[in-house]
Amino acid sequence: MSNVLVLVDHTDNPGGTVRKTTAELLTIARRLGEPVAVFIGSDVQAALPALGQYGATKVIALSNPELSQYLVAPKAEALQQVAAKVEPSAILISSNAEGKEIAARLAVKLDSGLITDAVDVQAGDGGPVTTQSVFAGNFTVQAKVTHGTPIITVKPNAATPEVAETSPEVEEFDVTISDAAKTARITDSKPREATGRPELTEAAIIVSGGRGTGGDFGPVEAFADSLGAAVGASRAAVDSGWYPHAYQVGQTGKTVSPQLYVAAGISGAIQHRAGMQTSKTIVAINKDPEAPIFELVDFGVVGDLHKVLPTATEEVTKRKS
Amino acid sequence: MKIVVCAKFVPDATADRRFRSEDNTVDRAGVDGLLSELDEYAVETALTVKEAGDAEVTVLTVGPEQAADAVKKGLQMGADAGVHVLDDAIHGSDAVATSLILAKALAKLEADLVVFGMGSTDGGMGVVPAMVSERLGLPAVTLGSEVTVDGQTVRIRRDGDTASETIEGTLPLVLSVSDQANEPRYPSFKGIMAAKKKPVETWSLADLELTPDEVGGSSAWTEVVEVTARPPRSAGTIVTDEDGSGAAELVGFLSTNKFL
Repeated sequence: MSNVLVLVDHTDNPGGTVRKTTAELLTIARRLGEPVAVFIGSDVQAALPALGQYGATKVIALSNPELSQYLVAPKAEALQQVAAKVEPSAILISSNAEGKEIAARLAVKLDSGLITDAVDVQAGDGGPVTTQSVFAGNFTVQAKVTHGTPIITVKPNAATPEVAETSPEVEEFDVTISDAAKTARITDSKPREATGRPELTEAAIIVSGGRGTGGDFGPVEAFADSLGAAVGASRAAVDSGWYPHAYQVGQTGKTVSPQLYVAAGISGAIQHRAGMQTSKTIVAINKDPEAPIFELVDFGVVGDLHKVLPTATEEVTKRKS
Repeated sequence: MKIVVCAKFVPDATADRRFRSEDNTVDRAGVDGLLSELDEYAVETALTVKEAGDAEVTVLTVGPEQAADAVKKGLQMGADAGVHVLDDAIHGSDAVATSLILAKALAKLEADLVVFGMGSTDGGMGVVPAMVSERLGLPAVTLGSEVTVDGQTVRIRRDGDTASETIEGTLPLVLSVSDQANEPRYPSFKGIMAAKKKPVETWSLADLELTPDEVGGSSAWTEVVEVTARPPRSAGTIVTDEDGSGAAELVGFLSTNKFL
């Protein structure tokens, strides 16, 4: 069977917790061939159990400290060198900002086609066939790479992780990083404060607040916590300085596709809809019955979120206890 | 300093966007287009850098006839010159091929600072800045929400998924900015009049020493196999919270659908 490279997406904390997206990538990789995980970081041992649980047949470990100091160019160089050795039939990378940038550079280096933001990947006769959702979710596109090694970035929740225990061997891999790849560097990095809530792009439930919050995200956060949900924000709320940009849902923020999306005080501008329209179930609470968001909803409440959410939070908490 | 803004002409996001049935490419005919909203932040960044020092700003676009409008908008905002790469053979180019055309044009323009928006509002891949940087062998600082240019040093701040970072690189360099970077200016009447006199060059593939078989649909390294329009959503239930019952109905819906 051919090798399929999976770039491991993990946190930077000591131990490097493997993200759920990696389990999804490994699950997809098994449909296409033998998953070979590439771990860039200092503590591959901590990641091994998670990688073995989802079927990595081999783990290639790259621990060169320069790989994390200089943004993505060195990581793309490293992957190019790994690909030259492994000769994979496809390369899967998480569809986040860094992942897409690595994939972009790799596509040029390997003279290969690139597909980003796949929401599904299946094996086809001539290689992997991807599914993407485009134009604000109004179209579904199936595509394939026709030249070189297919490089595919995959969105969170594109597959349900399937356990397939393996005991992967670890192979340390030495990379050579060119000076040219070290020309942009991180001079300062402040980790984002932990909220204790699920990550926005991975969460099964998201509660987002918009202009209608009037700047008070308290009711949105409380309702999210009662549901074990992540909190998101519309661009209007972010531009008003009410919530950090990292939580913005929409075309220019994060695109999300949870099981349940609750839009509170969000009118539903096209840019916001582009970021959440593929959510399985959509609920909205808005004072304005004409708000375009109501065109999308499975359930809508025309009302003031400041009244509806606190009561709903109380009720959910009561039912859960 | 020579600043080049790479600007894309895209179908209006509020219009009825669709695909051409014959080749599964974006149907640009009959759909209003405009300068990608996200590229306005790039133009604004370039103009701000120019106003702080000595620079010339060129707007570069690759696209069909109508794409000249993207250049025009940049000139109206205050850019000094425009370049439109126009060639029938370009139709159907994917990101990899587009990055090749841009890289050739940027080399010809001898750009010191290349500014991109964070992504296009149609394709939305957000990969072209990194591809161009790779092709030109230049450093890239991407997704800047704050940008400062200090002599030869470009510094950005950005909010990543896990951290807020400061990133630094030296000119020549490729920069991309997010929609948090600034507030793009509206063209003034004076700007609109002045734009008519600004030089715009049209380049063909031959001007860039590229051949038709290096770009376009025939050499795209990805192929769209199938396009399906999403079936319209069936109308949902909407209740009005007149007597405070909205919350109970909401929780009832969540419970029925097993979200509790």
